[in-house]
This record gives sequence, structure tokens and C-alpha cells, in this order.
Amino acid sequence: MTSRADRVFAWSVGALALLVPLTLLGIALLLLVDAWPSVARYGLSFLVTTEWDPVKLVFGAGGYVFGTLVTTAIAILLAAPVAIGASVFLVEYAPRLVRGPLAFLIEVLAYIPSIVYGLWGFFVLVPFMRTTVEPALQGTLGGVPLLGALFSGPVVGLDLLTGGLVLAIMILPIILAIAREVVSAVPSAQREGMLALGATRWETVSRAVLPYARAGIVGAAVLGVARAFGETMAVTMVVGNSSTDISPSLFTPGYTLASAIANQFTEADSELYFSAIVEIALVLLLVAIVVNAAARVLIRRTGAAREGMIL
Amino acid sequence: MTVAGATRFVVPESHRVTARRRLAALVMGVLLGAATLLAASLLVVIIGYVVVRGLPALNLAFFTDRPRPFGVEGGGVAPAILGSLEMGAIAALIAVPIGLGAAIFASEYRAGRWAGAVRFCAELIAGLPSVAVGVFVWAFLVRSVIGSYAGVAGALALAVIMIPIVARTVEEVLRLVPSGLREAGLALGAPRWRVILMIVLPTARAGIVTAVVLAVARAAGETAPLMLTALGNVFFNFDPLRPMAALPLQIYQYAVSPYDDWHAKAWGSSLVLVAAIAVLAVSLRLVTRSRSR
Repeated sequence: MTSRADRVFAWSVGALALLVPLTLLGIALLLLVDAWPSVARYGLSFLVTTEWDPVKLVFGAGGYVFGTLVTTAIAILLAAPVAIGASVFLVEYAPRLVRGPLAFLIEVLAYIPSIVYGLWGFFVLVPFMRTTVEPALQGTLGGVPLLGALFSGPVVGLDLLTGGLVLAIMILPIILAIAREVVSAVPSAQREGMLALGATRWETVSRAVLPYARAGIVGAAVLGVARAFGETMAVTMVVGNSSTDISPSLFTPGYTLASAIANQFTEADSELYFSAIVEIALVLLLVAIVVNAAARVLIRRTGAAREGMIL
Repeated sequence: MTVAGATRFVVPESHRVTARRRLAALVMGVLLGAATLLAASLLVVIIGYVVVRGLPALNLAFFTDRPRPFGVEGGGVAPAILGSLEMGAIAALIAVPIGLGAAIFASEYRAGRWAGAVRFCAELIAGLPSVAVGVFVWAFLVRSVIGSYAGVAGALALAVIMIPIVARTVEEVLRLVPSGLREAGLALGAPRWRVILMIVLPTARAGIVTAVVLAVARAAGETAPLMLTALGNVFFNFDPLRPMAALPLQIYQYAVSPYDDWHAKAWGSSLVLVAAIAVLAVSLRLVTRSRSR
């Protein structure tokens, strides 16, 4: 009797658990079906051609891809060094008393909804960029050959640079939280051996701790990239959303893949237009799956303890 | 300091802690500390803005009244607060059984490969861009099944976002239940399902409840999927088959409007949202910590 009840219970739990992979599969399949008209029509050129004209029914997402790559690159270049440095400090340097509370406070940042980052970016960061940071960048680096092209054009504040900056602020706590777990998971014998040989603290960190934790730290950064890639609201509010031109200037009021969906989804009035927007969602989905899978494998390899934390 | 008769231990030249090595250590320590300070100050700045600009917008009408058209004094965001609560509740009804099932499967049955696969899929869902989830729910429900933007569609999108959070957090909480309790139950002859339902889950109750509420709070902050599913509403609406307001949507609509009063209400709504999430995050931490020590 009990064995039958046990079996029923185990099967129902298993069935509920099975819904998790099925959900993922369902999302991917439905998006693929709805994106199919666009996929079949444009193939891979969808990702590189930049003409996006709903009136002429020509759809190329190259401009959005470019905006996403640029903002993501800015975000990771700014956020990763700070986040990794702070994680090392929290684990290796900070006094025990402040370590926990400080780490927790920074992780609270990871819980703040993206719309709040967007609001803050829109009302605080954008004016600051327009009046202070961007004119300064243009004034100092604008004249330098090649590098100056990055900071050319009119200064608006609503542009790829600000979008990347908001993304950097958003992914910083995520990278930090995971990198901190990874660095904590380095066995203390690793440190003690180095210290016993007479190494300074920094030498211990740079030659014994970081090499050991390398895969996991890279994984943390990759997870940050994944988050930046698909982030929608915060970027949409500050990135400009007006030009799909591929221009070297970071002051271009650009578009990202996600902001294109948010801005145009409800306007899609023809099947092909809709299908093209769903294809953008499909691209985001596939990239997210690949990048997340890679990151998890890297993080797990270092044996970081807290796999349960979903950030 | 030398002791008579002891062999003098000579540190080879290459191993001396030179001034240069000391300086490098100092500089790097300062740099790492500065990175931490920068990260922490970002929190202070952002939370500071939300509190300072949000507080003046809060009054009774903010929590009880509905949005007024521009030019009409007063009004509040009550439909958005109620909409977020209602969609959060419906989402929880969908996500909690699935998440709990996945957590029990992964923690109690340890079905090896299968448990790993479920956990991995949960992590992948957690990593999906929320806007893609919104597109999925639109195509799945809004387009044909319901035929219009609807609160329940928003709830389904939030549920998809909540499932991995519930599954992974609850699994972690279940692992904190001492295995002695399970063994004692089994030793008394209780079948496994009774051990799980009557010993493991009740023991982990506080953690499970907090995990669920935290998942609701996290999902409640999502905007992009709701734009494509629940759409928003300036009127009170409790019918899940019609467009429904939500706090993040209200923040977005007010933020991109040209009116100062609405900007203030956007900050106020952000304060309410952030405060709710912070309280829940802290309580989850307190619960999981007291259990693990």
C-alpha cells in the first residue's frame, strides 16, 4: 500500500519538475514558430543588414545588434574590474565584522528592479552625462585621432554610452555576488602555503587565489554579459532609441535588441513586422541560453558553494 | 635577534620582502578597497535618490486613489499596487506548485542526472531575458486564447520568472533540514511521501514561505514582460481577463511623461517597490541564516 502511495507521490513530484524543462522548450519552440516567416525570408542576413523599415517591409536587425554589442561591451568593461576587485577585497582583505553586512548591502543592489535603475538613469544619470561627463570627454579625448571618433557628434545624454553605464551599474552586483562565492570557495591551504613562503597579501591573492578561481570569475563575468545582453527597461529609458546607424560615436542615440522589442512590439501591424520582432526575441533567447550555460559550467568547475542563489 | 649557538637562517635575496613588493601590496590593497567603496556608494546613491525623491510623493491618496488625468490634482497609484498584488498572487498559484515540485524532486529524490537537468533548466529560465518571456506569453495567451491584453497573461509571465527562483531557493532551504529528521521518520516506518509532506516541508516552512514571497517580490519588479501582456490600466480592475495595472508599468508610464507631478509619483512608486523588496530580502536572509547555524 505505502509503496503505491510513494510511487504516486514521486511521479507527481517528477511531473511538476518536468514542467520546468517543458516551459523552456515551449518558449523556444513558440518563438521559433512565430519568427519563422522572418527567419525563412532573411536568413542570417537579418543579423547584419541595418535597414529596418516597417513601411517598406524591410527588416534587418544589424543596427540593434550593434547597439546591443556596444552597450554590453561598455557595461562589462566598466563593471567587471570593479566587481571582481570588490569581491577579492571582501573575501581577502575586509575585516570579518564588516564583510557580511557589506556584501549583503551590495547584493541588495541586485534585487532592485530594472525599472528603478531606468528611472534613476533617466532623471539623474542622463542630465549628468549631458552637462558634465560627455562635454568633458569630448573636450579632452575628442581631439585625439581615432579615439576621438568615439566621442564625436552632438551631446544628448541619451545614447549608447549612458546605456552601457546604466547596464554596468546593474550587472556589477551580480558579478560581485558570484565572484565573491567563487573566491570564498578557494581552499585556505592555497593561501596559507603562499603566505608561509613569505609572500605579501597581494602576491598571495594574485598568484595563489586568483589563478585557482579563474574559471569561476570568468563565469561570473560571462553571467554579467548575459544579463546585460537581454536587459530591457533600464536601457530602453536611456539609450535614445532613434538611430540604427552604425557609427563609431558612443554618443549615438542608438537602439538595442531588447529596446527594439519594448518600443515596437505593440506597433507591429503586419505579419512580417511582427515576425521580425519575434526573431529578435528568439536571438536574445538563444544567446541567453548559450551564454548562461557556459557561465554555469565555468562557475561549477570552481566548486562555488551557493548554487541556490538565483541572481 | 640571534640566539647564541643557533644556526642563522638567511633569507635568500630573491625571497626578501623588498620595499617594492611592500608598495605593490599596499597599492593593490588600496585599489581593491576603492572598488568596494565604489560599489557600496552606488547603492547609497541610488537608494538615496529613490528615498529622497520618493518620500514627498507618498500620502494617503497615493495608496488609495486611482491615477488622475493630467491637470487634476491628487490621485494615486492604488490600481497599480493592487494589480501587482493580484498578478503576483495568481503567478504564485501557478509557480509555487511547479517550483516546489522541482525543489522536492531535486532535494529529496536526488535522481542524479534528472535532478541535475531540472536544476540546469531552472537556471537557464532564470537567465532568459524577461522581454522574451513577455513575447512568449503574448503569443501563447494574449493573441488567441484570451484575445486581449489581460492580467492573467501578466501573471503567467511573472510565473515563468518566479518558477526558477522558487525551485532553487526552496531546494536550498530543504537541504538545510537535518537528515536525521528524515531518517527518524523513515525509521518509524513512515513512507517517504509522509516524511516529505509532514516532516521535511513543515520543518522548512518559514524558509519556503519567505522564498515564495521573495520570488513574488522579484517578479513584481519586472516591467518588460508586463508591457506585452498586462498592458496597464488607470482604472481599478480586478478581472484577470482584462488589462491590469502594475507598479513597474505605472513607474514607466509616469517617468516618460512630461509632467513633474507624475515624475514625483514615479519616484514614490519606486520607493514602495524597493522598500517591499528590501524587507523581503532581509527577512529571507535572516530565516536561512538562523536555520543554517
